[in-house]
Amino acid sequence: MANFTPISAAIGGVLIGLAATLLMLLNGRVAGISGIFAACLNVRSRDMGWSAAFIAGLVLAPLTASFIGYPMPWPQMPDGWGTVVIGGALVGFGTRLGGGCTSGHGVCGMARLSTRSIVATAIFMATAIIIVALSHHALGV
Amino acid sequence: MQMLAALVCGLIFGWGLLISGMVEPTKVIGFLDIFGAWDPSLAVVMAVALGVSGVGFRLVAARQRPVFAAQSSWPTRTVVDAPLVIGAILFGVGWGLVGLCPGPALENLATLSPRVIAFVVAMACGMGLHRLWQEAAVRQPTESIVDG
Repeated sequence: MANFTPISAAIGGVLIGLAATLLMLLNGRVAGISGIFAACLNVRSRDMGWSAAFIAGLVLAPLTASFIGYPMPWPQMPDGWGTVVIGGALVGFGTRLGGGCTSGHGVCGMARLSTRSIVATAIFMATAIIIVALSHHALGV
Repeated sequence: MQMLAALVCGLIFGWGLLISGMVEPTKVIGFLDIFGAWDPSLAVVMAVALGVSGVGFRLVAARQRPVFAAQSSWPTRTVVDAPLVIGAILFGVGWGLVGLCPGPALENLATLSPRVIAFVVAMACGMGLHRLWQEAAVRQPTESIVDG
């Protein structure tokens, strides 16, 4: 557990919980990023405007944080472009089919003690753990 | 005002992901890698975020209506069905392969990493494919009635 960073994790968790609470308090909306991004892509959605504003805030966050000494690290992505594209497509299709991702189900839904969200979070976490175990240990990729 | 509120919420959410290190795919993989050098940070992020929003949602739910909207859109579905389970499995496979879920993927667009851009474009295509499929499924029954 050499990489464990509990204090910065807790501070980040407070901010994520605060953002989710504020979006509900102010706009009455769930801070589920997959749903917000899907609405932002849908020109026929009435939610397109505020969704695009939320995504803009998310993308601008690293630029503003770099001023107070939190530089954005360069993302270490898989070498294979195929893995990147297939992974992205699965995340996009899967989160829409399952109605949420780590934020919508994992934070907002579980905070409401929603059975759907607890089941979804348990399944996507377990699946991802199995995929990492297979790809990093069993197959030696 | 809803636009400004959403922008500020997006910023705060993004700061949370950045400070906690959850924007880094390797940090997320470190959490998922329970058979390797396990890094429980993601569990702390989630537990604290759950605690804050759990209390926050309870306070918000006691209000008549949101500050800038006519009504709150709390999710209403309660049934655990096949799409929920299959969707969660597909998402889990993609998340485990790359270490990015939608929030960190979008925030990483700020780095202009070509691989992140490809991931987000593929994610958008996956979402678009789901919408086309949903719309086709809605049209199907009426068409068959016309044909029949």
